[in-house]
Amino acid sequence: MALLDIKKISLSFGGLTVIDNLSFGIEEHAIASLIGPNGAGKTSVFNCLTGFYRPDSGDILFQGHSLMKKNPHKITQGGMARTFQNLRLFKNMTVLENVMSGMHCRTTAGVWGALVHPGSQKREERHIRDVSEKCLDFVGILDAKDRPASSLPYGDQRRVEWARALATQPRLLLFDEPAAGLNYDEKDRLIQLIGRIRNELGITILLIEHDMGLVMRVSERITVIDYGHKIAEGGAEEIQNNPKVIEAYLGKEENGPA
Amino acid sequence: MTTDTLVSRTTGILGLIETHQKTLLVLFLAILIGIPAYANNYVLEVLANTWFYVILCLGLNIVVGYAGLLDLGYAAFFAVGAYTTGILTSRFGFNFWLTIPVAMAFATLAGVIIGGPTLRLRSDYLAIVTLGFGEIVRIAARNLKITGGASGLIGIDRPHFFGTELNQISHYYFVFLALALLAIFASYRLQHSRLGRAWQYVREDEDAAEAMGINRVAIKLYAYIIGAVFAGIAGCFYAAKMTAISPETFTFSQSILILLGVVFGGMGKIPGVVCGAGALVLFPEVFRGIGSMRLLVFAVVMLLVMLYRPQGIWPAQKS
Repeated sequence: MALLDIKKISLSFGGLTVIDNLSFGIEEHAIASLIGPNGAGKTSVFNCLTGFYRPDSGDILFQGHSLMKKNPHKITQGGMARTFQNLRLFKNMTVLENVMSGMHCRTTAGVWGALVHPGSQKREERHIRDVSEKCLDFVGILDAKDRPASSLPYGDQRRVEWARALATQPRLLLFDEPAAGLNYDEKDRLIQLIGRIRNELGITILLIEHDMGLVMRVSERITVIDYGHKIAEGGAEEIQNNPKVIEAYLGKEENGPA
Repeated sequence: MTTDTLVSRTTGILGLIETHQKTLLVLFLAILIGIPAYANNYVLEVLANTWFYVILCLGLNIVVGYAGLLDLGYAAFFAVGAYTTGILTSRFGFNFWLTIPVAMAFATLAGVIIGGPTLRLRSDYLAIVTLGFGEIVRIAARNLKITGGASGLIGIDRPHFFGTELNQISHYYFVFLALALLAIFASYRLQHSRLGRAWQYVREDEDAAEAMGINRVAIKLYAYIIGAVFAGIAGCFYAAKMTAISPETFTFSQSILILLGVVFGGMGKIPGVVCGAGALVLFPEVFRGIGSMRLLVFAVVMLLVMLYRPQGIWPAQKS
């Protein structure tokens, strides 16, 4: 059974169809990519998966359960985490506090714990800290943990976001354009990191990305969409040679074969 | 003196305060406890009133400062507490202390009733709804028989504490001082907890918080309920101190006054909010001499603070 199974979802805003009868699945432990030209509906697919948008029809199964009626926080709790295309850090908080937010859905202390500080609450706070620091260490910015998130260079802010998503302890991690704005070295490290997340942590990965070099290097399976529907699916080589994909990205040759 | 040297001097003083925190705190507490032995009733009345507003402002600070929700009807929760105690003691012969848990339960209920359906709204709409809620509670109190209508309730029982009837202003000075210290403690603990962090996440970026697995509606509701309980408890003791309450205590301008204390001192900053509450009570007293002009001066000071220090009078934390 696939970890994630998207079944014929459609989404439209008013008269504009954003996702059109789209189906694809992701196997456990895979590194998959979703690509397509600008405005193809990739981020909308992410928003449907994470509960921010509700598809008009179809079904999304994650670990065999439908996500269609679940709120975003429930979906995260169920084991799916995401990063945002435009950084969405808690800017006035420290790096560590940002990452600690990921642990919220894995912990329980409430008003009583806050006021009385019983042993269980103290252990839990220590646990939140430990896990968050491990996540920061994993992405390589533990040194910056006490700095305000907004004071970090852009590339490091991206890493805070990854660490924060890891702290939710997901089974599936959705990266929305993780390479945007990164320099060559940082992209290289990102490729390594994606591999490590899968191999060392056993987390399945779905990626939206514009950097084709990166996509072709890391992905085992690529789904291509244009105008909200799937035009191709397969391995890197297959996709690179698929005429429909080339057409979607580069346009049709004028006198070429129809 | 330039602003720079002024700023460096204030931070210097703050640094000094930080290094001797414990000693200063004990000294300060000793002074506060010693005051009733020397002060006259007028001073005690003003100070008791100050501690009372500290509780209310800290309660509202949880809603406005921590969770970032604008509430223009906070006096309603204060009314719920005061009327619960008033009705239960004067009409049903309850012991005062037993009315506190009941008032907390009713404040929680009121928090859920107003928060449950409205917390999905954006903050400006929420402000309007809370304003309406505040007025509904006041007008209901004004028209119901059980609340005594427009003339309110009289003859509310004084509480007994280990055999002593609390009927002196100095008693209430200590009661409200203890409650204010408790409110400071609770605020501090809440701010630095899992729940406190969740409020800040939601305040900074609701969508990102939700994506991190935080149930924003539940988290906001928590803030609402805790704020309501603060005001509810304050209301119980207010009723006991005054022995009479009327709907006119719980007007829209009361809500605004509490909000002013929070904003003036600095939303989310406990020492700031305490100072804000103090300013709220002390300012009109200090300027009693200029009679009716004092509200005008008060308004001008508030405007100046909002223009030049919109983050409140308390300095931002060093990071």
